[in-house]
Amino acid sequence: MKNIFLFIRNYINLICFLALQITCIVMLSRNSQTHEAFFASASNEITGKVNKQFDNFYSYFRLQEINRQLTAENVRLRNDLQSNFIVPDSSRKIVTDSLNKDSLNRYRKFYYLPAKVVGSTVTLQTNFLTLERGSLQGVKKGMSVISPEGIVGVVTEVSDNYSRVMSLLHRNSKVSAMLKKDNNAGSIEWDGVDPAYLTLKNISKGAQVKKGDSIVTSNYSANFPSRIMIGTVADFTVDPTTNFYNLKVKTAANFFTLQYVYVVENVRYAEQAKLENTKPKGNE
Amino acid sequence: MSSILKNIIRFILFIAVQVFVLNNVPPLHQFIVPYLYFLYILWLPFNINRFFLLILSFAFGLTLDYFTGTPGLHAAPCVLIAFIRPFLLNLLIPQETTEQSYLEPSIKSMGWAPYSLYAFLLTFLHHFYLVLIEWLQFGNFLYFIGKILGTTAVSLLLIFISEMLFFRKARFRTNA
Repeated sequence: MKNIFLFIRNYINLICFLALQITCIVMLSRNSQTHEAFFASASNEITGKVNKQFDNFYSYFRLQEINRQLTAENVRLRNDLQSNFIVPDSSRKIVTDSLNKDSLNRYRKFYYLPAKVVGSTVTLQTNFLTLERGSLQGVKKGMSVISPEGIVGVVTEVSDNYSRVMSLLHRNSKVSAMLKKDNNAGSIEWDGVDPAYLTLKNISKGAQVKKGDSIVTSNYSANFPSRIMIGTVADFTVDPTTNFYNLKVKTAANFFTLQYVYVVENVRYAEQAKLENTKPKGNE
Repeated sequence: MSSILKNIIRFILFIAVQVFVLNNVPPLHQFIVPYLYFLYILWLPFNINRFFLLILSFAFGLTLDYFTGTPGLHAAPCVLIAFIRPFLLNLLIPQETTEQSYLEPSIKSMGWAPYSLYAFLLTFLHHFYLVLIEWLQFGNFLYFIGKILGTTAVSLLLIFISEMLFFRKARFRTNA
């Protein structure tokens, strides 16, 4: 017994070192589960507050860029206004009711919630953004995040007042996307090389791809609204081993200057996810 | 200023510089990520308790990890270099004279060559382990080798610059 105590006393540093290393590796490997815990939520709240202080000061330098983005977005929205479309005199004017529910039984599917970006990285392999809007303000896990210019990422963790977004520039991020002109769908990923470019995989060789083509979100994505801009084709190569194109996509959103984003809630997300996750009964 | 207070201020400053300045530097190349935060561990006093050194480095790395959203990724290499540090210091400096007359490792207290070797070895070990963990997550051997070399070179440059900019007074410890 005495020897055991002597052993522990002699090797306390080595034991402590090994214990801490194991703690680190375990934390790293079960990243997503530990974030459920209270501790992670609390630390998210603290780092969010620190980031906010810094951002209050830093945002002044970016006001010009934000104004440009908002003006561009306003122009786009104004062009879509109903009053811009005239109806020929011979027909009756059709009025679209934008209420929650109208007589044609249309339901609202998406809500847009504005949020301020208070923290963001682009230089790592696993990039996240921190938003100053949390579960108390209606943000839930799995909601999509878009900027005025293009999509940004998906909410992965939520605390009371802050939320953390896995940006498109994350090695594990995957978003369903398609070519705007002929609806060929594939998936957008990031290869970790350059934060200005994403890769679009699984586009069939039948598609007529040209440089400069727009890439938008596809109809198959549960959390993103369809046909939201992602980027433009910068370059494309044929993968000789498969029947698919590899497209290099220039991001529409500028991840270096993100200031305000929209968190998009799909009201029917839970219902769709539940249905997709049920096992088909015939296969048992 | 007392050593404890000085190190608490350094703790906050190193984290702030790494999170708000260096992590915001536009990437020049995928191999180059500017890391400087671990210099905090290199600058800790000679006479710090080894057990406490490990715990402190773990807490330091974990603080950075919560800002970058990767718990454990930076804490693991920090604990590694904190474990190696006392052995390396024992090898590199004449025990009796230096540790009794100087507070912490610096160019003045250790001399140019030993201090450079000390900084280089710990920087290399830190990046080797950090990139190894990243590499196991998403492999590619060229990426592994290139990133270690690129990042080590940039970190050494940053350490060199900060040694020049913030000349630490190599204060003699008096008997009083």
